[in-house]
Parts: sequence; C-alpha cells; structure tokens
Amino acid sequence: MKFFVYRYNPDVDTAPHMQEYDVEVTRGMMLRDALMEIKRQDESFAFRHSCGEGVCGSDAVNANGKNMLGCTTPVVELKEPVNVRPLPGRPVIRDLVVDMSQFYQQYRAVKPYLIHKDPLPEQEILQSPEDRDKLDGLYECIMCGCCSTSCPSFWWNPDKFHGPQALLQAWRFLADSRDQATEERLDDLEGPYKLFRCHTIMNCVESCPKSLNPTKAIGKIKELMLKHSI
Amino acid sequence: MTLARRRFDALIIGAGGAGLNAALQLANANLRVAVVSKVFPTRSHTVAAQGGVNAALANVFEDNWHWHMFDTVKGSDYLGDQDAIEFMCREAIPTVYELEHNGVPFSRLDNGRIYQRAFGGQSQNFGGAQAARTCAAADRTGHAILHTLYQQNIRARTHFFDEYFGVDLIRDDDGAILGALTLEIETGEPLLIEAKTTLLATGGCGQVFRTTSNAHINTGDGMAMALRAGVPLMDMEFFQFHPTGISGRGMLITEGVRGEGGYLVNKDGERFMERYAPNAKDLASRDVVARAIVTEVKEGRGCGPNADHVLLKVDHLGEDIIAKRLPGIRESSQIFAGVDPAVEPIPVFPTAHYVMGGIPTDRLGHVVIPSSDGSEEIVPGLYAAGECACVSVHGANRLGGNSLLDILVFGRAAGQQIIDHLKDSPEHRPMSDAIIEKAVSRLSRWEQEGEGISVRELRDEFRKVMEDHAGVFRTDEIMSEGVEKVKAVREKLKDVRLGDQSKVFNTARIEALELENLIDIGMSIVLSALERKESRGAHSRPDYTERDDVNWLKHSVYFQEGDRLDYKPVQTKPLTVETFPPKPRVY
Repeated sequence: MKFFVYRYNPDVDTAPHMQEYDVEVTRGMMLRDALMEIKRQDESFAFRHSCGEGVCGSDAVNANGKNMLGCTTPVVELKEPVNVRPLPGRPVIRDLVVDMSQFYQQYRAVKPYLIHKDPLPEQEILQSPEDRDKLDGLYECIMCGCCSTSCPSFWWNPDKFHGPQALLQAWRFLADSRDQATEERLDDLEGPYKLFRCHTIMNCVESCPKSLNPTKAIGKIKELMLKHSI
Repeated sequence: MTLARRRFDALIIGAGGAGLNAALQLANANLRVAVVSKVFPTRSHTVAAQGGVNAALANVFEDNWHWHMFDTVKGSDYLGDQDAIEFMCREAIPTVYELEHNGVPFSRLDNGRIYQRAFGGQSQNFGGAQAARTCAAADRTGHAILHTLYQQNIRARTHFFDEYFGVDLIRDDDGAILGALTLEIETGEPLLIEAKTTLLATGGCGQVFRTTSNAHINTGDGMAMALRAGVPLMDMEFFQFHPTGISGRGMLITEGVRGEGGYLVNKDGERFMERYAPNAKDLASRDVVARAIVTEVKEGRGCGPNADHVLLKVDHLGEDIIAKRLPGIRESSQIFAGVDPAVEPIPVFPTAHYVMGGIPTDRLGHVVIPSSDGSEEIVPGLYAAGECACVSVHGANRLGGNSLLDILVFGRAAGQQIIDHLKDSPEHRPMSDAIIEKAVSRLSRWEQEGEGISVRELRDEFRKVMEDHAGVFRTDEIMSEGVEKVKAVREKLKDVRLGDQSKVFNTARIEALELENLIDIGMSIVLSALERKESRGAHSRPDYTERDDVNWLKHSVYFQEGDRLDYKPVQTKPLTVETFPPKPRVY
C-alpha cells in the first residue's frame, strides 16, 4: 500500500515535503501499525504513539484529510494512496509531531476538576445511577485533539476560543451532581470567544474517535447559561 | 560541559497513578515538586486499566479488609509480605473514598454508592463465597482515575515536565540519590534536575515480551535506572500473563468480563475452567486461568483454524449489561478481533501483562537494599511506587483489581513519607561534576556514528527471545538457553548504532535508550527464573511442579553487578493480625 507522509525535521530540512513509502498490508493492520512499519524502514520518521488500543490518545493524525487515531483505524478503510499529515492548525515540531500546548492550556482554563464545597462525607459522596449516567459520553474523552484541531473556530482563535475538547470537559463538570461551582464555571465562560465562537460546524463530532459529541455539550452549556440568566 | 539545571524539593519520574497520587500529596503540602514524564501525563499506561480497584467497601456483599488481605496473601501464593498486604488492604478503603471525593466518575448502585463487581480470587470470610470488591467506572476505571488525578494536580499547580525522558539517577559516593539527568524530547537537550528526594514511578516493563497488553512506553525505565545505580530488582521471575488478551494481538479483555458472568470455552464448547478450578471456575486467580488456557491449546482443544486460542463467551449476558458495564471491551473486540461480543464470543489467549517484581521498597516507599539476613538498608533520597516497585504485596501472582490499588495506596504513602522527610532535611546535598559524568556518558554513547545493528533489529530479536524463553511454562532447558541468548543480545548492544543523530524530537534516540533498559531488565527476569526451582504463582516449571516452601519461601534479589542473585526472607508477620500460614492453593 502506498503512503505519502508529511516529513519535516527542523535540524536538516528547510521546508516540509511529502515522502513516499510502500507498506505491505497484513491482516488487521491499523494505521499505527503502518506508521510503525514506516519507522522500521526509516528510523528518522517521528510520530507519537503508545497504548495501541485507543485509550491514551497519543497518535491522532490527519489521514486523507480527516483527523483520526492511528491505532483504531484499519488501513483497509483508507483510500490509496494514503496521505498522512500532522493534525491541522498546530505548529509542527517534527514530522507528525505537533505542538499541543495551546490545546492543553485551553483544557486547563476550564478548571477541569471537581469542585465540591460542602464538608466531605466519611464515605463516598452519593450519586444516583441516573445522575451518573449524565457523565456518560463526557468523561471518556482521551484528549487526542482530533476535535479541536478540526474546528475552524479553533484554527482561527486558538488563544481565545476554548475549543470543543475543553468545552466538553467544562460540561462534564457542570453535569456532575457532585460539583458545586456551577456559577463560577458559567461566569468564566462568558464573553464573545471562550464558548460563543462555536458556530456548530460539527467537525468535532465527526472526528471524535470515541464517538463523543462536543457540539451537544456546548449546546447544553448555552442552555444552562440561559436558564441562569433568567 | 555546562548542563542546564533545575532544583526542586521533590522529583517524581513517571506520571501514572502512583506518580500523580504522590505529586498530589506534595503539591497540596505546598512543596516544590517536579513531575517528569516521557509522555503527556494522561497518556501514561494507568489509562488502560479497565476492570477496577479493590477495596472492601461492602457496597454489594458483606466484606472487610481482613478478607481482602487473606485473598491477596493466598493470591500471592504466600510470597507477598503480610505487613505490606495488611497495610494496603486497610488503606484501600480511605484511598477509594478519597478518589471519589476527587471526582472519579465511579459507576453507581441504586442506593447511590460506588458500584463494585466480582473479580478473580475474591472471597468472603477467608475462602468462602465469591466477593464483589472491585470498584469500577464501567470498564474504563484506569482512565477515570488517571484523568481525575491529573485534573486535581492541575488544581494543585504541580509543575510538570511533559515529554522529558529520565536518563539516569545521580548518585553520590555515599550512595545517596541527588536527582536525575533527563532529556527534553522536543529539543534533544539534557536537563539536570536536582532534588532532595526522587520518586521512581515509571510503571511496568511489558515491552520485554513480543506479545503484551502493555503500551509502547512500558519499557521499565525506572527499574533499569535503579539497577544502574546499584539497586537490585526483586522477584523479577514473577511475570503475570493475563488470561484474556485478544488472540494474536495482545490487547486486554478485562477480567471484569468474567466478573460480570462471561466464561471461557474450548473447541468442544466445554467450560474447561470447571476442571481446573471446580469452585471459582472462570474467576480463579490469573495464573491458574492462564495456565489452563495454554494447556487446553497445547492438548489440541484450541479454537480457530490454527487451534491457537480459546473463546470468551459473553453474549448470554444480554445487550443491556454489555452496553452498560462493558462498553470499552465491546469497542476493542469490534476493532481488533472483528467480533461483537453481544453476538459472538471473543478469541482470547494469555498476554504478557504485569511484573510482580521490581525495585524493593518498604511500605512507606523507601527504596531498600535487602540482605539475606532479612535486614534492609535504605537508599537515601530514593523512593519508588507502583508497578516499578516491589513492596511486595503481589508476591508470585497479583490479583485483578490490586494493581490500581497498589499504585494509589503506595503512591500516596510515598508522597506523605517524602513530606515528612523534607521537614527534617531542608538542604540539597552537594553534587560534584564527577558523579554527573556517568549519566551524561549514557547519552554520549549514542553519538557514536558508523555502521552497526539497528535498534529495531535488536529489539525484535530480544523480545522474541523473551517470549520463547520466559513465557508461561518454563523448564531448565528453555531457561538456560534463554539466559545465554539474552547475554548474547546484551553483547550485541555495543554494536548498535543510531543512524539519526538529529536533536529535535528524535524518537529513535529514545527507543535506543529504552532498548538498553529492556535488556537490563530482561536479564534480571531470565536469571531469577532459571534459579527458582519450584512452581509458585505465575512462575510455572514443568520440571519442578510443586511449590517448595522449605527452600523457596523467599524473595529473589538480582544485582546487575556480576549478574548476582541473592535472597531475602518473606515477611510473614502482619502488622496487627495473625499470620496466614502457607496452605495448598486451590480455587
């Protein structure tokens, strides 16, 4: 199978280029396996990967124009030749490795941690199964970055718009019956950029390898804001 | 050479559950703590833990920590230290509550309490009916815990060095550890981190085997750093093969599947575990189930065109249970085995999963050098916790659900111990250039240019040797050959050359450093295994089929210098309760 892979090493290259590789496809081969095979052929090729089973979120790349996880994408589902590029809109460090710092800063900005103000009980804080169900589809985020780096609003304002990943997490805590910081969380999201740059383009939903729905979460935050402002 | 330097009160290498739980204690105590991780923290392999964390909360059935302790001692095949096991099982309860308070989205029971499921090797009342002791967040418990700990560390303003690789510990002439040399992966520049205390929390080393549930990053870096600093590794022959990896791929299918009611069948459709473990059946200890599967396949009762696996049947649980309790494994089975477990059984075979052995520590997290008379010498300034450490609470076989527990309890204990230590030791010890040189030379070795063997080639050869010679069943012949082959691989390491000498994000250089670590650890595994002439827990020898408590109720201790083995007695005396004396282990 033919692959064209984005190559750029600032130590030696003046400009990026696409390099061609041939990979023999084996049964059950994932895109990550193919990239590992390419690294076998050429040790100077760099990409991030780790768990190989879609939970660590290291190996998000852009293949044939779509963001996806290498380790859960069967190569047979990709049209040949496969064009593999780094996630869009992020500064490239080397080859498929991009600088994700702004993405992580946006995550930190939404206070992605449980804030419980009442005195803590000796045992667990009780939560009904129904309340716990509200966290399904939110807490499973693996922070791979597929969503935010496919979002045109995030491309345009990565410093001001939180982006779908961070906003999904903002809702994960707003939706948690144990969290007691609703007011301050909503206040923090005020303004024209942080939340409201979402124009429901829904690239995030399409690109999420865990089938999560940040657009829906953003809608829920807006609904809650409206309720609180009345 | 002038090295960039930073100074912290405490250095933590590794950002999985153990490292992050320690960091959280330290940061909340307002100490200057640096966490070094070769990947962004939420990529650490704790994220892949599925089934859950054990604690005798008694949310489902009656339970108490003493029963949990009994199961853990028995599960360890009596090689676990009973003082440490008592400590862990007692601490389990407040530890899980603390996690919940920190925000872990545990699944819930109708009364709002944490959901607990049955797991292998668990009993009520010292070997009675099946217990339900494993606290779960669906089948993504590790993910839920790791993310929560990272989140709380953000809140506590822990200082992270993301994508820095730990090269070597810095050890002075008195044997004290003064910090570590690290490598910033993005720039390729070394950074020396001076610290009053250093905690190794680098996780496991499953990458020594070719087929493993472990991630690419699980290369035992901290264990190898310890070895090179003169610290031995303990009980390295005990490597757990998880019974249910996806056949041919190695990805894990949690024991929780069997806890929820799934069971194994051979090609005749027989529930073969009934023959191997009449009472516990599919929920016998992992070593027992893994051996049963390998035996079924060896004796020609395997499934599939190559008769090389057995089947894990789940469909009878029904769509609802599978969707609610096992959504992650359903996804994995569909992606990697091409089957929907709600319809078809999953093809499974044992996969290298977890190292029971590691860096010897006491239950407070101090790294200790044991001697054969049972005394221990603390290595000043050095701590270890999590899979890289050996307290020992798992002995010869770890129970499912006790790994997340181990990393959390002992990560936390090490953090608190470091806080106490820092109160009494406000100064950094002096660091001379000479003692840094050794660590630096580990990096400069890879600057040698010219023709040679590639990292990839030797790595492949080594992992195949380990798979062939240190697997589920081990005879003297297989193991002796294994030792010779690993020695040959170690020799070849000198001829390995790095073709790519660039600096920026050079993953080839990182893989070269990891390969050195893997080989150092591989040697400790094959040598310790060859010498242990008995079958105990995960260490199973067809030429010595029985457990031998007279000669072998002791921990192996491997020193890298001279490839020397020593032994130390098992601590059979618990903290407050009576000893559980060794008994035949039946399930």
